[in-house]
Amino acid sequence: MKTAALSIRTPEGIVFSQLLAGPVTRFFAWFIDLLCIQVAMTIVGIAVNLLGIINWGLAIALYVIAYFAISIGYGIFFEWAWRGQTIGKRLFRLRVVDAEGMRLQFNQVVVRNLLRFVDMLPAFYFVGGIACWLSPKCQRLGDIAANTIVIRAPKISEPDLDQLLEAGKFNSLRQFPHLVARLRQNVSPQEADIALQALLRRNEFEPVSRVELFAELAGHFRDKIEFPAEATDGITDEQYLRNIVDVIYRSKTDSGIEKAVREKIGI
Amino acid sequence: MIVDLQRFIANERPFWNELEKLLNRIEADPNQRMSLEQLQLFHQLYERTAADLAKITTFSSEPETRRYLESLVARAYSEIHETREKQRRIFPLQWFLQTLPQTFRRHVRAFYLSLAITIAGCIFGGAAIAFDPASKPVLMPFSHLLQDPRKRVAEEEKATRDRLAGFKTTFSAELMTHNTKVSIFTLALGMTWGIGTIMMLFYNGVILGAVAVDYIRAGETKFLLGWLMPHGVIEIPAILIAGQAGLLLALALIGRGNRAPLRTRLREIAPDVTTLIFGVGCLLVWAGFIEAFLSQYHEPVVPYEAKIAFGSVELVLLILFLAKSGAPRNEKPPAISETGTAQQTMEIPK
Repeated sequence: MKTAALSIRTPEGIVFSQLLAGPVTRFFAWFIDLLCIQVAMTIVGIAVNLLGIINWGLAIALYVIAYFAISIGYGIFFEWAWRGQTIGKRLFRLRVVDAEGMRLQFNQVVVRNLLRFVDMLPAFYFVGGIACWLSPKCQRLGDIAANTIVIRAPKISEPDLDQLLEAGKFNSLRQFPHLVARLRQNVSPQEADIALQALLRRNEFEPVSRVELFAELAGHFRDKIEFPAEATDGITDEQYLRNIVDVIYRSKTDSGIEKAVREKIGI
Repeated sequence: MIVDLQRFIANERPFWNELEKLLNRIEADPNQRMSLEQLQLFHQLYERTAADLAKITTFSSEPETRRYLESLVARAYSEIHETREKQRRIFPLQWFLQTLPQTFRRHVRAFYLSLAITIAGCIFGGAAIAFDPASKPVLMPFSHLLQDPRKRVAEEEKATRDRLAGFKTTFSAELMTHNTKVSIFTLALGMTWGIGTIMMLFYNGVILGAVAVDYIRAGETKFLLGWLMPHGVIEIPAILIAGQAGLLLALALIGRGNRAPLRTRLREIAPDVTTLIFGVGCLLVWAGFIEAFLSQYHEPVVPYEAKIAFGSVELVLLILFLAKSGAPRNEKPPAISETGTAQQTMEIPK
């Protein structure tokens, strides 16, 4: 059964998943790499033309060797130097990794790149594409031999919840702690997450959709717990939801905690 | 309902940041060595982050933080649980004089198999030419091999000008790249359970046998040896070693007699396959030079005896190199399992 993600369970019992890249994205990344090789060869061609003024035979020989070295060595060099990425893979946020989550080894990079000769047969990676399509881990033959997979590796940085749950801002709902406590009790993690995600992605919505979405979400939470009018009057649905998320995810402010932990590990 | 997410993040963030910094440092310079204290800290940070991931997966559905922690745990996991020998800087001379011949010897049975397939091809090609000379156009793909050997030798020997003048370097480069491509292809076809590799080796053998018998029948044995030996004694073993690597891959795929899972078998074989194919590349560079700068010159420019002697010396040196280089004084030949994996034996010092 083909899956879009590969789950790895560590000996500590923790499970983490790697999102597998599909053949189409990989094909586009390869196409970009092909263009890069062509650009490199054009540059080499110009250099060879200049060298040809001195010795034409030597210049042609160097061109033949350079073409061979670049076309074969491009993938090996970049995947090794950039830890599993070429220019095309970097653009499409793909990365070659060990299929068991281990460190990628040089010999794995070499084997998967040399086996392109078979994957490319008869043209346009037909064999590799079929293998990728049939393989549960979306591996072409080179990946199977090298025990590697290609994953989608979006740039993951620490989520910025501060911009949303900023401490110190006035929240009218906090004036009613008993209602806040009841809200926290009644709201499921999934409901809280929907509200949080809507706020985090609020700038991605069309203006009309944004208003409609937040009206619907605010209505849903109003049905759960009804706050007195003085807490909700004069604020928009979006601000209401922001206050809801604030009281759900942040029960109280404790600015001393982070400082204490920093001191604990000495940073 | 979860956890106070804000408080949880505030509490744990310094540990995640510290782990991320350490990982960036390790990934930027894989050769650096960490002190015991750094290793302990790294391990503690990994365990804490992994525990945080478990907590957030269980108690909160906040996906962004989970993805961030997953990426941190995945990166740290690959560094901590990697049991294969850490890659060291490569010393080319040591690699060439020790690692390459040792790897070759460790899998010498696959080489013998590769040799046997090629010899079978030679016999087939030779027999085909001997019994059916009309099959020559089918067996020989190159036009210059199709003409009568006697006629070709006569033409080569009376040539007064250097046909390759000004093109020797280009010709040499083309030979190197073409032969290396053929070798890589022979290796890569190992993924067809060895069928493709066997076909390539057999086909090479057929051409070699057909050409050899064609020239011997025409009484041009001396020319044949003088023409082929200087580069052939390196080029042919190089292709055979590429076949050896392809067969290793195939044996690991088939896994006969080895109960280890497929990925383990392939993982074991990958470093040796890489070593062998790089070795093939080195041999073919040398063969390319010799073929362009020596093999194409015949009597009276270069006496055949000199070319044959040169080829013989090369062959002896190659055999000595592959059989003896990098071997400790009391090295015993390693026992080789069905998949070609070495069963290393340790000698107990007396």
